[in-house]
Amino acid sequence: MTKRTHDIRRYPGFLPMTILCLTLLYAPLIVVTIYSFNSSNSITNWEGLSLRWYVDVFTGPEAEKFKRAAWNSFTIALIAATTATTIATLAATGMIRAGQFKLRTLSFGLISLPLMVPEIVTAVATLIFFNSIGFVRGYTTILLAHIAFCIPFAYMPISARMQGVEDTYEQAALDLYASKRQAFTKILLPLMMPGIISGFLLAFIISLDDFIITNFVKGAGVETLPTAIFGAVKQGIKPNIMAISTMLLAVSIIMVTISYFISKSDNKT
Amino acid sequence: MINTTPEKSQIAVDINHVTKRYGTFTALQHMSLSIADNEFFTLLGPSGCGKTTLLRMIAGFEDVTEGEIYLFGDEIENLPPNKRPVNTVFQNYALFPHMSVTDNVAFGLEMLGRSKAEARTRAGEMLELVQLSQFANRKPSQLSGGQQQRVALARALAPQPKVLLLDEPLSALDLKLRQAMRYELKSLQRETGITFIFVTHDQEEALTMSDRIAVMSNGELQQLGAARDIYEAPHNVFVANFIGETNLLDVTVKHITGGRATCDLGGDYALSCDAIDGVSAGAQVHLSVRPERLYLSETATDAEGLEGRVRDNIFIGTDIQTIVALNNGPEIIVRTSNSDRGSSRIFEPGNAVHVNMEAGAARLLVD
Ligand SMILES: Nc1ncnc2c1ncn2[C@@H]1O[C@H](COP(=O)(O)OP(=O)(O)OP(=O)(O)O)[C@@H](O)[C@H]1O
Ligand SMILES: [Mg+2]
Repeated sequence: MTKRTHDIRRYPGFLPMTILCLTLLYAPLIVVTIYSFNSSNSITNWEGLSLRWYVDVFTGPEAEKFKRAAWNSFTIALIAATTATTIATLAATGMIRAGQFKLRTLSFGLISLPLMVPEIVTAVATLIFFNSIGFVRGYTTILLAHIAFCIPFAYMPISARMQGVEDTYEQAALDLYASKRQAFTKILLPLMMPGIISGFLLAFIISLDDFIITNFVKGAGVETLPTAIFGAVKQGIKPNIMAISTMLLAVSIIMVTISYFISKSDNKT
Repeated sequence: MINTTPEKSQIAVDINHVTKRYGTFTALQHMSLSIADNEFFTLLGPSGCGKTTLLRMIAGFEDVTEGEIYLFGDEIENLPPNKRPVNTVFQNYALFPHMSVTDNVAFGLEMLGRSKAEARTRAGEMLELVQLSQFANRKPSQLSGGQQQRVALARALAPQPKVLLLDEPLSALDLKLRQAMRYELKSLQRETGITFIFVTHDQEEALTMSDRIAVMSNGELQQLGAARDIYEAPHNVFVANFIGETNLLDVTVKHITGGRATCDLGGDYALSCDAIDGVSAGAQVHLSVRPERLYLSETATDAEGLEGRVRDNIFIGTDIQTIVALNNGPEIIVRTSNSDRGSSRIFEPGNAVHVNMEAGAARLLVD
């Protein structure tokens, strides 16, 4: 059993290290989740199990503000992710299927560079851009900014998937009398679908979660969930913030799970 | 028997002085050949000689640099692949992984605008033809390599193309299956009457299946003809070497009389063979002699009088190959069929033997 001797679980310090990492990663999340079900007004003293703060989120004094922020967040995330995914799909098709063109490497660099630019720089630049063209800040500016910064995130999984789809499938379709459009919609698009869905979910989460850029380009009075939460926290942390955070966490977990099952079902076919 | 040059009216594909260049690299050079309707035509040549390139130009996936390709008399240069009545069985099959076997086979007909019902009925018939009806609802990944190969065949045949292109369709299969598929393909071609253009680098495959074979090397046509002609009358050294096994002997032409050339093989040996145009006395040429047209004996039975000693015997199933080192001459390989063994003696290594040649066995070749 030579395999056993190289078993990483037998390395000294493996167990304490694992526990330390898991604790650092998950303890805060677990604490927030548990305390969101606390019936106390305090965020640290446990008094008993209750859904009080969840009710408060939906009916309390701040309910209107949070509902509007949540609506903004979800519609922006949905529209931005859809638009960015469409653009990224077309970009990937062009980049990978157009053969060797001169500026291909440069184009690829330009699409993926925003992933490496510090977000604060993008935020400032976007704000200056909107100001200089005289855009009034509000819902539209947030949406446009989100579409722009979601494109590279959507592009990565889509182009990775497309590189794995050989072009002989499209050639076979053309050979079997399909038009170029039919070869795209009936063959390439279905084969790329797992990548497109991953790209969409990633863009959706990134948009939903964004704080820095949103905070810069949003106008007065227009809030998304992250900026609304930040605003509320500035006045002191109340347990209803933990309830909202827990719900956001649940949404993320659901989306990651969907993404996981889609990639798994794809492996089977 | 099909004529070497088909009649104009029955030409399916006419390739006229076609050259293909990728940048400065010439993949095909002045290729000219005519493929008859209903013919099983094979493009045979070593890896990289341009077989796939020619096939892709017929299918429409590659531009023609120079020359023209005609399909039933029509120039097809400006027809995109989806407008050509030609279907392809791809080397890696390229079955659509997200569609069932039936949907794969029905795809071509649906794209041609047939109703879904008609396309599926026809797909069912095609699957019956290739004996895969029971797998109709599976995905391609749930089939073995041989089954996938037959789905690819059914898919390409379903729209009833006028010409079917097959790019090394058997190369991914194991030997037994490959041999079985040769007969299936051949009989499928006869049943459907569709012109098959078959690409392979396996000479045995080419010899057993084809009506005619085009032997290619380095982007140039080396020889075109029926399997038997190519095997028995190779035009040049490349063809003689590539098709089957042969003894290629370096000789000097001594003299030519009455259409017969007498060649000096070194030692005291002189071999005679039919003279060919452009070869005169003193020329350095080659003689090709197939090993199965030589036989061994204790005493000389022909005029050539080749003598030597057995170096080794190699058992290869149906035959035994004997390597003989000629006295003062080169080595020569003699092939004796196992069924002849009763009548002819086996010579052990070290034995002195005479090597005899059937009349007309030696062919004179220039480089
Ligand atoms: N797109 C291309 N660009 C440049 N050179 C190419 C291209 N496609 C093919 N070639 C070259 O053209 C030559 C012929 O290629 P081709 O694919 O036709 O060979 P083949 O006879 O099919 O070989 P094999 O039996 O290995 O499939 C090769 O030398 C190859 O390197
Ligand atoms: Mg090839």
